[in-house]
Amino acid sequence: MRPSAARLLNILVPVKRAVDYAVKIRVNPQQTGIDLNVKHSMNPFDEIAVEEAVRLRERLKDAVQSIKVVTIGPPKAAETLRTALAMGADAAIHVELPDTAPAPEPLGVAKALRALVQKQNEEAEEGGKIDLVILGKQAIDDDAGQTGQMLAGLLGWGQATFASKVDVDPATNEAVVMREIDGGSEEIRCRLPLVVTTDLRLNEPRYASLPNIMKAKKKPLQKLAPADLGVDFTPLLETLKVTEPPTRVGGGKVANVDELVAKLKEAGFTAV
Amino acid sequence: MSRLIRRGLRWRRPYSSVAASDIDHFKTILPPHAILSTLSPSTLPASELDPYNNDWMGKYHGRATTVLKPKTTQQVSDIVRWCASRDIAIVPQGGNTGLVGGSVPLRDELVVSLASMNTVRSFDSVSGILVADAGCVLQSLTDYVAPHNHIMPIDLGAKGSCHIGGNVATNAGGLRLLRYGSLHGSVLGLEVVLPDGTILDQLTSLRKDNTGYDLKQLFIGAEGTLGIITGVSILTPPSPQASNNVILALPHFDNVQPLYRTVKRQLSEILSAFEFIDRTAYDLAVKHGQGRALSEEDVQGAACFVLVETSGGRREHDEEKLTDLLTNLLEADTPLINTGVLSQNPAQFSSLWALREGVTEAVSKEGKAYKYDISIPLASFKTVVDTTREHLRSKGLLGEHAVKHVLGYGHVGDGNLHLNIVAAAYAQEIQDALEPFVYELVASYRGSVSAEHGIGAMKTHALHYSKNDVSIEWMKKIKALFDPKGIMNPGKVLE
Repeated sequence: MRPSAARLLNILVPVKRAVDYAVKIRVNPQQTGIDLNVKHSMNPFDEIAVEEAVRLRERLKDAVQSIKVVTIGPPKAAETLRTALAMGADAAIHVELPDTAPAPEPLGVAKALRALVQKQNEEAEEGGKIDLVILGKQAIDDDAGQTGQMLAGLLGWGQATFASKVDVDPATNEAVVMREIDGGSEEIRCRLPLVVTTDLRLNEPRYASLPNIMKAKKKPLQKLAPADLGVDFTPLLETLKVTEPPTRVGGGKVANVDELVAKLKEAGFTAV
Repeated sequence: MSRLIRRGLRWRRPYSSVAASDIDHFKTILPPHAILSTLSPSTLPASELDPYNNDWMGKYHGRATTVLKPKTTQQVSDIVRWCASRDIAIVPQGGNTGLVGGSVPLRDELVVSLASMNTVRSFDSVSGILVADAGCVLQSLTDYVAPHNHIMPIDLGAKGSCHIGGNVATNAGGLRLLRYGSLHGSVLGLEVVLPDGTILDQLTSLRKDNTGYDLKQLFIGAEGTLGIITGVSILTPPSPQASNNVILALPHFDNVQPLYRTVKRQLSEILSAFEFIDRTAYDLAVKHGQGRALSEEDVQGAACFVLVETSGGRREHDEEKLTDLLTNLLEADTPLINTGVLSQNPAQFSSLWALREGVTEAVSKEGKAYKYDISIPLASFKTVVDTTREHLRSKGLLGEHAVKHVLGYGHVGDGNLHLNIVAAAYAQEIQDALEPFVYELVASYRGSVSAEHGIGAMKTHALHYSKNDVSIEWMKKIKALFDPKGIMNPGKVLE
C-alpha cells in the first residue's frame, strides 16, 4: 500500500541581482546613490539558497516536485534567473521593473512574494502548493536583512533564519534547521510551510556546467508586472544623501616618547 | 661532476672584492641609509643582507658584503663608473623574484638594488604610454594606470614584488602574453647605465621609430649582463571592460590543438588566455586547495583541461560570442570537449583561475619540484610529458620513493609548457636522469630550454641546446663589446 499523503515539496527561491561583492563601490557625483554601471551578479546569500534547494532535491529525489526561482528587478535581472536555472532550478518568474524604477524596499518585496505565493497556491492543484521558501538572509547591496522575516510574518508561516544546515522530512512535514547565533548555533524543529533564510556556512554553491547552462536556456521564464501581483513598490523611505566614508588619515612617526605623549595630549587623550 | 668544475671555474677574471675604501667612495655618491654593508667599521649583521644574497626559492646563495640602493640614474652611473675603474663585479637586482638565479650574487659581487628608484616619471592617458623608474613594483604600476582605464601589458604571479626593470631585463612572459605580446613589442624605450657608467638614454615614447639599430632590444632579456636598466617606457593597453572565463574538460590531449584553432577563430579579438592543465596537474591543484574543484560529474573521463579567458569592451558582445562557441562545442557531432563550467561571477572567475595559477603552489606543497620552462610545438606537449615519465620509469625512478608525479601545464597560446617533475626529495640520480635528457628532448623539437624564465645562473650550461654556436659566439661578442671588463652580472646567461 502506498503511504498516505506522501507529501511533495515545492520550493520557491527569491533571488536578487546585486552589485558584485568584488566591485569597488563608488558614490555617484549627485550623492543620490552609487554607480550602478558595474558588474552585477546574484546576491551571494541567494546563490546559497538556490544551491540548498538543488541539494534538497539531490537528497530527497522525487519528493521535491519543483524548484522555482523569482526575482524582482530591471530587465537585466533575467540573467540572474538564468544562472539559477543553470544551477538546477526548474522554472523562473521575473517581476520586471523599469530600469529607472527605484530599488524596491524589503517590505514591498515581501508583499510581492506573499502575493506570488498566494497566487501560485490558489492556482495550484493539491500537492503543487509552495511550502518552502528559501532566500538569502540579506542582500549585500542594502544589507537590510528583513525580507525573509517580513515574508514569514505576512504569510503567517514559521521562520528559520540564518540557517547553516537544513534537513527537511516531507513525510513528517517537518524541518530541522541549524541556525547561526551569537557564540554558537541553535537547532530548531519547524513545521512546514516555512521560510528559511540562508547564512554563509550553509553550503558552497556549484559552478554552472555548460550542459546545464544550455538546458537553462530552454527552461520556462515567466514575466510578470507589479500590477499582476497587485503590489506597489513605491519606496517608503527617502534617501537624503549618500557619501563615501571619510578617507583614512595616514599615521606619522615620532622621534621619542616625549613627542608621542605630546601628540596624544594634543589629540585629547589623557591619563586615566 | 664536470658541471660542478665548470661552475667553479667559470670566472677566469680576477674581480676585486668591495673594500672599506670603496664604501668611503660610495658615501660621496649616496646618503648613508642607501648603503648596506657588513664591512668594518659597519656593525651591520650579515643576516640583514640575506634577502639580497638569496633567491626566493632558497636555491642560490651569494656572499655579497655590500648592497647599494641608488635613487637616481646619475647615482647608478657614478657607482658603475667607480666599479669599472676598480674591477668590482656588479649584480643588478630588482624584486629578486626570478626562478633561475639571475638576480643574486654568486660570490661577493656588489649588489645594486633598484628598489629605491620607484617613481612614475610620466603617464599619457591618451596614448597609454607610461614612463617609470626601473624599481617600480609591477602591481603598483597596475594600480597607477587603473584609474585611467589602462592595464599593464604584463601580469605574472610575482606582481606584488617584481620590478618593471627586472621584468624587462628578464623579458618576463606571464599570463597576458597571448593578448598583448612580449615586452620586445610593448617596451618603447629604455634608459640604461652601461658597464662603463655611461647613461644610454633611449627613453623615447614613440610608437614608431625606425632610425637605425634598435639598441634597447638588446637589454630586454639580457638579464642585467649588458647594463643596468634604470628607466622604462612602456605601452599600456586600455583595460578590458568585461572578462569571462571557462574551464573545458577534454577527453584526450589530441583535442587541444583543434580546440585552440576553433576557439581562436570564433572568439578572435576577445580571446585573452588559453591555458592548458593536464589531469595530474589539475588533481594536484584540487588536492592542495587551489580554487574550488569542478563536480565529479564534470571531471569524469577528462584527460586534461583548458582554461579560456575572454576580455573585451562590451560584456553582452563577449558573452554572445562565448555562448555561441560553447553551444557549437557541445552540440558538435564529435565534440572536442566533454563538458565544462562557465564562471557566473567574479568569485568564480578567480576560483577557476586559481585552479590554473595554483598548480605552481600545489606542486611545491606536494614535494620537491624539478621545473622545466620550455617552448615546444603545441602538438608535442603530451609526448614530452609522457616521454619524460617513461624515461624516469625505465630508470626505476618513478614511484613514491623518488618521482611522485610528472605533469605538464602552461600557456598553449604561446607554445610554452611547464614540465614539472615532483619528487619526494631532491636527489642526484633524478637530476642526472633529467639532465641533459630533457634539454636534448627539447632540442629535438627545436624548442627553447627557457621559454620565459630566462637563463640566469641555472641554465648557462644548457644554452647551447637552444642557441647554436654561431649565435652564442655573437652573443659573446656583444657582451664583450658592451662589457669588456665583464663586471656586469658575471656568470649569468653566458658561461
